[in-house]
Amino acid sequence: MTDLIKTLEAEERSFPQLAPGDTVRVHVRIVEGNRERIQIFNGIIIRLRKGGNNTNFTVRRIASHGIGVERTFLLRSPRVEKIEVVRHGKVRRAQLYYMRERQGKSARLKERR
Amino acid sequence: MKGIIGKKVGMTQVFDEDGQAIPVTVIQAGPCYVTQIRTEENDGYTAVQLGFEELPPKRNGESRLNKPKRGHLRRNNLDLPDLRYLREFHVKESDVEEGQMLTADVFEQGDRVDVVGISKGRGFAGTVKRHNFKRQPKTHGQSDRERAPGSIGATSTPGRVFKGMRMAGRMGGQRVTVQNLEVVVVDAEKHLLAVRGSVPGARGGILLVKSARKTKARQ
Repeated sequence: MTDLIKTLEAEERSFPQLAPGDTVRVHVRIVEGNRERIQIFNGIIIRLRKGGNNTNFTVRRIASHGIGVERTFLLRSPRVEKIEVVRHGKVRRAQLYYMRERQGKSARLKERR
Repeated sequence: MKGIIGKKVGMTQVFDEDGQAIPVTVIQAGPCYVTQIRTEENDGYTAVQLGFEELPPKRNGESRLNKPKRGHLRRNNLDLPDLRYLREFHVKESDVEEGQMLTADVFEQGDRVDVVGISKGRGFAGTVKRHNFKRQPKTHGQSDRERAPGSIGATSTPGRVFKGMRMAGRMGGQRVTVQNLEVVVVDAEKHLLAVRGSVPGARGGILLVKSARKTKARQ
């Protein structure tokens, strides 16, 4: 009974299948005052957590001066406009926290085909 | 005053128009039936008695309620199904009739409600958990004192422990009211209500939802 009702609360959206290691472009809706625009966040998914409406994923990208920036998105949030998967990375674990210690050449992931 | 009986389903989050995630507790609210109206003349006070959760008969066709309870639900011209829970809501004036059915849409989105439930039982709990006492040092020569309550009074004067001293004991399992919660979702078809924030009790616990007694505007 409880599980049934909880699934009714969450609405499904059609996004491509995401996995840790994927390089993605996340289109986020941003409200500035009363203007709305779309911002794109580019990076690698280092974590994906499921759980109904709380399903979220963390994207890591290297900004200017080699500074790592991580941002967590709620998959079912209406603020996430669109997600494009650019590349599937070949990884052996679910949480890619080791990427935080890597930079340059060692921060690359092999492509999964 | 508006009120309904419900069952805690669990918590989740929903998104508002701005895409903001709101933590909500989902309540299976109603359908409830007005089983009795208490009046000043008959009962000495005014209230509305609601019944919740229809009981299917046993496999041999017998009712799960005893005869007095069935009689209460079938008295006069009432013909209500067997109901598991009966609860009273104190109201000054009732705008409902006996036998009437209430659904989750007695509330609308944005309403403020108070929710009453029975908190989760914690058993025999110590002072740290029960009264938020501080723990004592783990080091500096201490032993076995980490979660001890400390002093509970002086010696010969007064020679006793004062009444009401906060000590370990049974915790939880009490009637708790959470005031002024916002109703976020109303779905009368599925008999669902979602209120912002948390609500006392375990999942499956019985809740009384009523319009807020003290309403404060939220920015």
